Amino acid sequence: MSATLFDAAAAARGWRPPPLVASPVLRYAIYLGALAYAALAIGTIEVNWTRAAEGLDRGLRFVSGFFPPDFTSKRSDIVEGLLESLTMTVVSTVIGVALSIPVAVGGARNLAPLPIYLACRGIIALSRTFQEIIVAIVFVAMVGFGPLAGMLTLSFATIGFMAKLIAEDIEDIAEEQAEAVRATGASWFQLLAWGILPQVRPRLIGLSAYRLDINFRESAVLGLVGAGGIGDTLNTSFDRYEFDTAAAVLLIIIVIVLAAEYSSSWIRRKVQ
Amino acid sequence: MLLNITGLTKRYPTGDMALKGVDLAVPKGQVMALIGPSGAGKSSLIRCVNRLVEPTSGSVVLDGTELTRLGAGALRRARRRMGMIFQEYALVERLTVMENVLSGRLGYVGFWPSWFRRFPRRDVEEAFRLLHRVGLEHMVDKRADALSGGQRQRVGIVRALTQDPQLLLVDEPTASLDPKTSRQIMRLIVELCEERGLAAIINIHDVALAQQFARRIVGLRAGQIVFDGPATDLTAEVLTTIYGEEDWSQTIRAAEDEEEPEAIPA
Repeated sequence: MSATLFDAAAAARGWRPPPLVASPVLRYAIYLGALAYAALAIGTIEVNWTRAAEGLDRGLRFVSGFFPPDFTSKRSDIVEGLLESLTMTVVSTVIGVALSIPVAVGGARNLAPLPIYLACRGIIALSRTFQEIIVAIVFVAMVGFGPLAGMLTLSFATIGFMAKLIAEDIEDIAEEQAEAVRATGASWFQLLAWGILPQVRPRLIGLSAYRLDINFRESAVLGLVGAGGIGDTLNTSFDRYEFDTAAAVLLIIIVIVLAAEYSSSWIRRKVQ
Repeated sequence: MLLNITGLTKRYPTGDMALKGVDLAVPKGQVMALIGPSGAGKSSLIRCVNRLVEPTSGSVVLDGTELTRLGAGALRRARRRMGMIFQEYALVERLTVMENVLSGRLGYVGFWPSWFRRFPRRDVEEAFRLLHRVGLEHMVDKRADALSGGQRQRVGIVRALTQDPQLLLVDEPTASLDPKTSRQIMRLIVELCEERGLAAIINIHDVALAQQFARRIVGLRAGQIVFDGPATDLTAEVLTTIYGEEDWSQTIRAAEDEEEPEAIPA
């Protein structure tokens, strides 16, 4: 025993938590490199301070044009845009979620054979690659100005968003629960309904509520490229220098986004 | 013979040989324990029977049906005759007790009736009868994840029985349970098998429990059967062939003492 004396105190003194990058040379090279890059990058930014000072003043005048917000004079335009946006949001969320479910099932490696998996992951990647605005421009070119283009855009974006997250949730399920359902002689669709769906349902509902919220916010932006909705109303009022109406529209958007935010987080809490 | 396994081999894609030509015959109504060290192939063996794991070669005949060559539809019908009970219960946690029990009937009802939970009245009645038999009839609408381990395993047993099986495949039913609950669960499984004339293959690594509750014991080591005999023949030498060198005298003695574990003072 005494031949191999072990000094725990000395070992404890010498012990340091292992660093993220094991080699000290590489570690300090990375630190130095990052610092040098930041210094150089900051050096390339040109700031015209006089222009910024003038801009501040102009910005103030611009903002002051928003007050007081005018809800009344373009009331019917605002209501119409709002209803269009809400319709667009709800319809595109319903369609997008419905279409995303088969894509999610196909994009889950533990359910789908490889060719189907790759095809569905391809759809997901395609839908997620392009920002909504770009997709909207394409759809506006295809189907013309108006809410149809917006609805198609949001449905398309919803598929990628929902399918990716739900597919990942399906891949994370407790495999033995699904195995138990298979062992009873259940068919493949029964396996989905009894073994998989109960496990992903909270996520499915929570994400759908969240996506509804996102789609409304996006619908306000899509109007800028002519895809209909409240964004169109907002864009028109800016074009006509009716900043007071624009302010009213912005306030309404803020209120609705807040309401959607709270209700979707409430729903997500409830279904957990 | 109810179940006839011959030359069953399983090689996983990783190259591991889980089963190396297993021959095993189980007569109607026999409860047998399958013991062996972790990784011996116990789980693979019972999963090759209901083809949750596809066997590489060999034959599995259940009551005259060759299972290894069945197509998808016929396999589902064959699975109805084999109830399975799992180590971690494998209940669908977000479903209620009754839904979990009725999932045992999925092989008998179509998709839409099962989607709307419209099971035949007889099935629901039988589910209630079985839940009453295991003392859980007051829990029907509780979610499965609200139950204790012993209760969950009883739901798991009832789910397997609602399939109206001829054979139970039981995978480490007590591995997640305390000693007292383990004995209650094993007793329940054995009693129910006797009541209904079911055969059962029970994977278990607790040698004492195996000896106490099964008359026939089969020892599996590295994918091969190295012992097959009555529980009384399980000697220290036999345990050494199954598990390897260890002091087994305590294990065997303990099995005789533990008939009434509740009586042992703390």
